[in-house]
Amino acid sequence: MDIAGILATKGDKTHTVRPEQTIREALALLARHNVGALIVVEGGERPVGVLSERDIVREAARNEHLFGETVGDVMTRDVITGAPHDDLLTVAHTMTERRIRHLPVVDKGRLVGIVSVGDILKAQRDQYQGELDTLQTQFLSDERGR
Amino acid sequence: MARPGTAAEPLRVAIVGAGPTGYYAAEALLKNERGVVVEVDVFDRLPTPYGLVRAGVAPDHQKIKAVTASFDKVAANPRFRFFGGVEFGKDLTLGDLRAHYHQILYCTGAQTDRRMGIPGEDLQGSHPATEFVAWYNGHPDYRDYVFDLAQERAAVVGVGNVAIDVARILCRTPEELAATDIADHALEALRKSRVKEVYLLGRRGPAQAAFTNPEIKEIGGLADADVIVRAEEVELDPLSRATLDKSQDRATLKKVEILQGYALRKPAGRSRRLIVRFLVSPVELTGDAAGRVVAMLLVRNELYATATGALQPRATTQFEALPVGLVFRSVGYRGVPLPGVPFNESWGVILNEKGRVLDPCTKQPVVGEYTAGWIKRGPSGVIGTNKPDAAETVACMLEDLAQGTVLRPAHAEAAAAEALVRQRTPHCFSYADWLRLNELEVSRGRPQGRPRVKFTRVEEMLAALGR
Ligand SMILES: Cc1cc2nc3c(=O)[nH]c(=O)nc-3n(C[C@H](O)[C@H](O)[C@H](O)COP(=O)(O)OP(=O)(O)OC[C@H]3O[C@@H](n4cnc5c(N)ncnc54)[C@H](O)[C@@H]3O)c2cc1C
Ligand SMILES: NC(=O)c1ccc[n+]([C@@H]2O[C@H](COP(=O)([O-])OP(=O)(O)OC[C@H]3O[C@@H](n4cnc5c(N)ncnc54)[C@H](OP(=O)(O)O)[C@@H]3O)[C@@H](O)[C@H]2O)c1
Repeated sequence: MDIAGILATKGDKTHTVRPEQTIREALALLARHNVGALIVVEGGERPVGVLSERDIVREAARNEHLFGETVGDVMTRDVITGAPHDDLLTVAHTMTERRIRHLPVVDKGRLVGIVSVGDILKAQRDQYQGELDTLQTQFLSDERGR
Repeated sequence: MARPGTAAEPLRVAIVGAGPTGYYAAEALLKNERGVVVEVDVFDRLPTPYGLVRAGVAPDHQKIKAVTASFDKVAANPRFRFFGGVEFGKDLTLGDLRAHYHQILYCTGAQTDRRMGIPGEDLQGSHPATEFVAWYNGHPDYRDYVFDLAQERAAVVGVGNVAIDVARILCRTPEELAATDIADHALEALRKSRVKEVYLLGRRGPAQAAFTNPEIKEIGGLADADVIVRAEEVELDPLSRATLDKSQDRATLKKVEILQGYALRKPAGRSRRLIVRFLVSPVELTGDAAGRVVAMLLVRNELYATATGALQPRATTQFEALPVGLVFRSVGYRGVPLPGVPFNESWGVILNEKGRVLDPCTKQPVVGEYTAGWIKRGPSGVIGTNKPDAAETVACMLEDLAQGTVLRPAHAEAAAAEALVRQRTPHCFSYADWLRLNELEVSRGRPQGRPRVKFTRVEEMLAALGR
């Protein structure tokens, strides 16, 4: 399975913010959409960073004037981006190894979605559960008439 | 207004599509733990239920086809009704369903195939695997398709489980096939098949092959076909080696081991040869003057790592020509949009979030419309994968009901829905009709020692029911 399979059931909205917006605005977006991270995009759709709750907490611990800072100053740069056809297993490894919680997915230079560690774990669990459920359905069939 | 879901006013749900997902969803609805009283009407455009379990799963895999017995148990619930031969968008519209049901659930699967996007793809003799699979399984829409099995060399593009199914069916002996429920017309055609060599073409390496281990193992035991693998193509490249060393994924290690085992085998001179190739992509199909495919141009690929470390193919400048008279592209299925239902073109699925259909403009859920299975998440996963998938959608449906967010149909009675369906499709098929057809198919198979002999035309089915 590839990560496009995860994006397929996440609608087509990705929550983004621009680098020049303030942390105050970003916090409002995080709260409104009930998400843990925003993708920072420039020129409409080109991702340049990720702003996560963690980034904000880290900044808050050392900066009294956090709310007025710009997203561009606080975000994590050099983010790794995924491609729709990247496979689940590899992405799971990379995200855990590098402690990435949110992976922007980019197709032909355009942001097409975001997958979280939670999404990946759920997809892996569903895949495993699916194999078990196939066996269980077969097993229940064998009990025919007993 | 009172909330539906009580014995006096049951929650009425229309399920479109009677594949595994339709059944799993119906089961989850009927057995819900919230005590909601639900009535489901399941519609399918085919007279027969089970979706790809009947029309996709290979005929020589009877053990898995037997899952249908559990689906029949779901259908035995008095609050489950089946209307076969009723197509959403043609016989019934979204407006019709909205007028008769509180909730509508689309489980229509992936009805078409993905294309390779190369020149010559539409030459005569080049087919989507979807059509061949539907044909050998007796899907009525594909009953009269013709495949030129007089050709000696065939290529199957892709190395997923469907590609393996197609290659395996082409390599089985008539005796092996005659013990299955393969459609009679396909059995006859395959008896006369002159196909001697079948190529399975993977664009990446053995460690990235999409097929699963039992399937690749099975082809090693075919009665009269040798499996041929080139040692150099199943030797792991440094990138795959490094990835596998790190992940130690047992299934992948085993897969590579099986393939390397095949590479050591000496061909035993059997009548057919199944040749599994890796790291090659078709770039063009070439035809003769009559427009028939005669060869395939392949390019050799190398792997590169994407930012996340996933390994993807990249063309080199090395080409080779493969003479073939028959090509099956097995590069994945794809969902088709339903009239009036929002679609997500990027992934070929109904636009949804966790199974709630979304309005494309507002991105908010559309009241009363849901989706599950292949048309919700795309064409991947085995039969049982649709169970947790359907459960997720059903949980959303019951949550929305609890919030009072359901349709308010003008005619929320089972009788009104049935009257409409019978008026639109006088010949529709009930579950009792199907169980009768099933009995007849099984009894037709018995004298031949076959699991069943399928009806493959709708008229045949009507006649068998005395209609
Ligand atoms: C060739 C093949 C072989 C497979 N073999 C195996 C296997 O061996 N083991 C395994 O575990 N899994 C196998 N799978 C996977 C498994 O079949 C799928 O996971 C599963 O069938 C998907 O279920 P679904 O209900 O979402 O879709 P489907 O099974 O495709 O069911 C969709 C149903 O909707 C109906 N429909 C579509 N459009 C309309 C409409 N407009 N109106 C009314 N009805 C409509 C269709 O007629 C169909 O009955 C195989 C898949 C393929 C393609
Ligand atoms: N026995 C069983 O349990 C069984 C039988 C049949 C089907 N199924 C299930 O049904 C689902 C669908 O099966 P499937 O085989 O249709 O899909 P699949 O598993 O996604 O395999 C598709 C194959 O096509 C290849 N491909 C895609 N685009 C290509 C291109 N442009 N050129 C060359 N190759 C290309 C893919 O290669 P890449 O990986 O490089 O993209 C992959 O090898 C799967 O989940 C499968 O497991 C199960």
